[in-house]
Amino acid sequence: MDQVVLKSVTKSFVTKAFGEVTAVDDVSLSIREGECFSFLGPSGCGKTTTLRMIAGFEDLSSGEIWLGDRPVSIKTKNFYVPPEKRQLGMVFQAFAVWPHLNVYENVAFPLRIQRMSNTEISDRVKQALKHTSLSGLEEKYPSELSGGQQQRIALARAIVASAKVLLLDEPLSNLDPKLREIMRFEIKDLQKKLGLTIVYVTHDQAEAMALSDRMLVMDMGVVQQVDTPTNMYNNPANRFVFSFLGLSNFVPVALHDGLIWPARSASSSLECEIPEDWDDDRAVLAARPNEIQLTTEGGYRTRIKNRVFLGDYVEYRMDIGDTEIRVQTHEHRDFQTGDVCGIRLGKVKWYPAEDEVSDEERERRKVI
Amino acid sequence: MAEVRLDRITVQYGEKTAIGDFSLHVRDGECLTLLGPSPCGKTTVLRAIAGLAKLASGEVTIGSRVVASKDRRIFIPPEKRNVGVVFQDYAVWPHMTVEANVLYPLKKRKVPRKEAKEQVDDVLRQVRMGDYAARMPFQLSGGQQQRVALARALVASQDVVLLDEPLTNLDANLREEMRFEIKRLQNETGITVIYVTHDQDIALVISDRIALMDKTGSIRQLGAPEELCKNPQDSFVYRFLGLSNFIPVEIVDGEMRVRSGAKSIPFPYPMPSGMGDGPFYAACRPMDITLSREAADGRAQAGTGPGAGGALEGLVTRVIYLGNIYEYRVQVGDSEIRVQQDSFEAFKQGVFREGQVCALGIENIRYYRDMEEVS
Amino acid sequence: MRAGQSPRGSELRRMEGSRLNTGQLLLVISTVILIITVVLPVAMIVYNVFFYKWSFDWSLFASMLTDPDNLAAMWNTVKISFFVTTLGTVVGLFFAWLIGRSDIPLKGLMKSLFVIPYMFPPFIGAMAWGLLLAPRSGYINKMFMALTGGRTPLFNINTLAGIVFVELCYYFPFVFIQVSGALERMDPTLEESARIAGANQMTVIRRITMPLVVPAIAAGAMLILISSLSHFGVPAILGFSNGIFTLPTKIYELIYRASGSFEGIRRGASLSILLVAVVVLALALQRRVLRAGRYDIIRGKSMRPMLIKLRGWKVPLLLVCFVFLVITVILPLCTIFGVGFLKAYGVPMKLANMTLNNFKYVLFESKMARDSIRNSFFLSITSAVITMLVGTMIAYVIVKIQPRGKGVLEVLGILPYSIPGIVLAVGVILTWSGAFYLNLYNTIWIILIAYIARYMAFSMKSASASLEQVHDSLEEASRTCGASHFESLLDVTLPLIRPGMVAGFFLIFLPAMRELTTSLLLYGPFTRTMGVAIYSINEEGYTVQACALAGVAIIIIVLGELLLRFVTRERRGQ
Repeated sequence: MDQVVLKSVTKSFVTKAFGEVTAVDDVSLSIREGECFSFLGPSGCGKTTTLRMIAGFEDLSSGEIWLGDRPVSIKTKNFYVPPEKRQLGMVFQAFAVWPHLNVYENVAFPLRIQRMSNTEISDRVKQALKHTSLSGLEEKYPSELSGGQQQRIALARAIVASAKVLLLDEPLSNLDPKLREIMRFEIKDLQKKLGLTIVYVTHDQAEAMALSDRMLVMDMGVVQQVDTPTNMYNNPANRFVFSFLGLSNFVPVALHDGLIWPARSASSSLECEIPEDWDDDRAVLAARPNEIQLTTEGGYRTRIKNRVFLGDYVEYRMDIGDTEIRVQTHEHRDFQTGDVCGIRLGKVKWYPAEDEVSDEERERRKVI
Repeated sequence: MAEVRLDRITVQYGEKTAIGDFSLHVRDGECLTLLGPSPCGKTTVLRAIAGLAKLASGEVTIGSRVVASKDRRIFIPPEKRNVGVVFQDYAVWPHMTVEANVLYPLKKRKVPRKEAKEQVDDVLRQVRMGDYAARMPFQLSGGQQQRVALARALVASQDVVLLDEPLTNLDANLREEMRFEIKRLQNETGITVIYVTHDQDIALVISDRIALMDKTGSIRQLGAPEELCKNPQDSFVYRFLGLSNFIPVEIVDGEMRVRSGAKSIPFPYPMPSGMGDGPFYAACRPMDITLSREAADGRAQAGTGPGAGGALEGLVTRVIYLGNIYEYRVQVGDSEIRVQQDSFEAFKQGVFREGQVCALGIENIRYYRDMEEVS
Repeated sequence: MRAGQSPRGSELRRMEGSRLNTGQLLLVISTVILIITVVLPVAMIVYNVFFYKWSFDWSLFASMLTDPDNLAAMWNTVKISFFVTTLGTVVGLFFAWLIGRSDIPLKGLMKSLFVIPYMFPPFIGAMAWGLLLAPRSGYINKMFMALTGGRTPLFNINTLAGIVFVELCYYFPFVFIQVSGALERMDPTLEESARIAGANQMTVIRRITMPLVVPAIAAGAMLILISSLSHFGVPAILGFSNGIFTLPTKIYELIYRASGSFEGIRRGASLSILLVAVVVLALALQRRVLRAGRYDIIRGKSMRPMLIKLRGWKVPLLLVCFVFLVITVILPLCTIFGVGFLKAYGVPMKLANMTLNNFKYVLFESKMARDSIRNSFFLSITSAVITMLVGTMIAYVIVKIQPRGKGVLEVLGILPYSIPGIVLAVGVILTWSGAFYLNLYNTIWIILIAYIARYMAFSMKSASASLEQVHDSLEEASRTCGASHFESLLDVTLPLIRPGMVAGFFLIFLPAMRELTTSLLLYGPFTRTMGVAIYSINEEGYTVQACALAGVAIIIIVLGELLLRFVTRERRGQ
């Protein structure tokens, strides 16, 4: 059953400095019960705005949002359910734990609003604290606890009222890397244990891929792709998704007589399979640094410009035509800077040679 | 270009010793990184070289000049040491344009205006900020301000540039880009660079040599990045330079075994010499471990690696997909170890699932008596 | 300091050689200045009260304490301050909430208008209200009596209640500004998380927002309390005619009645100690209140908080704001200028009765008035420049050099801030009237010294704030670029704190221009300030001229405030 549904949701607003901005552009998606679904994208891409519309903190410009079989926002009918009536749990980036209440009262708050009896509140709070490894800290105040513990308070508070859907807005960004990893596991385990549906917003692609059953990548308000992490990584829909999900090489090429020529260089052609339905005579080839092979004989011949030891990998930089690419290998073959080597492209994605979105537009959105 | 020599320097702040009896020789034109957990005194060393901290003992020599010596009562103030510094918060002066910022050191040296401006244009182009000369700092992003600070430091000195964790406050992509920029600049100018950081990724990329320091301020190992990674002298160095697994191992009847609850399972690798009888640790990198499935007859087969006739068995407890790599947590005896594999390899082989039994093959095992805390 | 942690820039400056360096020199100069301007007056008060002709004698102090008149004055002081504080807090809180958390229109306009009472000289406001609500001659009362045909006024402003009302009008902005600031800076996710948890808007306010804003309310309330306790102008103008005294006005009365004799000053000094004791108690209360529950609620991302939708209440509440602003700002202003244009006080305000003569008189004809304007400008500008420079130097020593014993410097600087203006004046008289072979009494210099002492704390605070914004690394960077310590100060630090110094100048100039309390005790025949001039002209019954001069003062102050806004806005836009 679909737990969270967005139908053609759009959000635009007018700013004094930048005129009209469409923060969220015609987004439609369905999140199933028990699914962990991530919104991934750079800052200013609209993922947080979308989450806030699901929560009810932002109004829609157009479209509908349903939670389960209940509509919560229908623009055309001016129908709007306020956040306190949506029965969601939410965890914010800066924790948003109330400093004037101790841990117990923080977690008990949603239940007190519902006017539950003290005994029932006590039971549920204890349960929630157990789930988030906070048992024994009931009397403490947030200022006495670490960042990780404060985030757990927020988590406990989000699950205590048995909400079925949890919204998390970059909850781990303020924690150090080690803690982030630990908390990731805890959230995942919690989700499985309680059967929660999670909507998770992040700009960290590793985090999104590690946590999600499905995810979407967003850029400038537009959804670029919705898929499982593995599918998305192996088949990114466009250049943006490809580069956002990991280290990338992009080589612009031209096709002549069935051969692939790196743009602006006529010295030699690249050996690579041309997709069957490719009908343009230009393309951009995308390849991951650790999926390119280096050989002593054969392949596309080029000279190694730079060699850097990175611990687990050695990274080489070289040119294909005018484009500099990077290759990461485990094999500590003795290529040194200046050596000639051969490149064999492994898995390659083909993209149309369109213009990249300007950096200026990206900066503009970050400010808003 | 100049070499920098630190002879048994001590710096104290009030009662506390920030760095004690520290010696280091930085070669002319090299890029040396002081790497270590925070705090460990590495920033203090930098400040002592720059003249921003006074010595309680020892000597600092830049080139052929003694710039600070407690015994000989020498202290040359910072403005006369000819050392460029890039601070952690960039310290770009907000009330001056980019050009004015970079021009300042030349102004102090009374370089004639025309010549100074040429030099500034040159160096701004080198850091790829040539078009931004007239901008004010508040109009620049963090990365751009960082480059202005770098340009200014390069102008301030042809001999030595000190960088104090300048990339920490930048986002991941920019950090990546900037570390190559710094390396490129250093290669082009041949200037001596001393870099301070706690991030080993950066250190590996830019350094000719790394001085790995521990929390007490002692240098644990000094050498080229590859040398440190391939021959880490102790467990501290090993743990600091990358993700690691430390498997506690004990010797029973001349064989190595790993505890598993009340029993123990064999650790099928050649016994290292010189470890004595007591328990010790087998250390390995997540990327050096290969997983393979059980053989059809029910016995796990050994993976690649010099097996001693048996196989190391493990249970997959977690599977994490990170895009370019798959990460597994595998229970081996009482220890949970981390295994990483390039995802395209994992797909070829077949991705493991939680709860599956597997056999582990480990390469490049190093043995240590203890497992030191790194932070 | 743990191993490896970098020292502050202070390390650098403390290590500059072993000879007498800039830092130590500055420290010595700062201490000397503070002792002369601040410590001495206070010490002289204490000394003169408890020692008579070199021997310890507290009989005077005891007799002052038991005098029923003095006790009545103290009781009045406490009563007035209590009501002003509680009512002022309620009013300030109400408006801060209305503007900060509802969707009432014209917010920007109202925010600036509500701050206006803050810059108004309260004693001029008292004058205006006196003109309107004096029991028999006040315009409003006269209209009321004419309407009702009776002899009872609508409201007698020359009462305790009247004093409370007027003080309230000018002190509520303390709470308004504090709470507005807190609401603006508060992290909206704190309230959002409560709403997601099921709480409606009212519950969120009750359980989350209010408790988190309490520290700001308390801070504002304490400011009101301390200001009210020390205040002189309003009780002086409204209370004297009915024999209502507060401690500050009683101190003045004692000295004035004794024609400035030493005995009178001793009596005034004794009461001063009493007043200081009360203020110190209030300060201690403030520290306790502020310490309990300082929450870190500042937000990071710039997201707007949810607003209360007023719906049907929008218009009525807007009306309330409007009426309030009329009462606190417009009415007094119109009265002052209206009466200033009248031929004589008491005649109806018709065009036929209007004249420019009063303004002509104070600006061109009356030597005293013209002198007072000149004196005020001289004193304000000079004291502002001196306190700004000295305050910056002292702040630099405290913030950047951090020598041992900087705590003493800090306390010395803040001390006069907590001493009521009238008390400081008494101390200054005792110190500079010949006690140390220097008699400045009746000269302009004694007033200047008092101003410098009084305002040093403001300038130190604002300079400290500016300096703290200049990170150590900025100066260190210039050192590594080849600049000496001195050059770094000139090239880097000074330019960066200059905007703060300019703001600091106005921070002293404006209060000094409208000051009354201190100069009233220290003025001589030729050294009246504008405040004194307005007060004396009014006391002598030349109401319309007093109003004209008051009008001139208001214009100068408003122009000054606009200039300040302009200058600081330019800086912010940079």
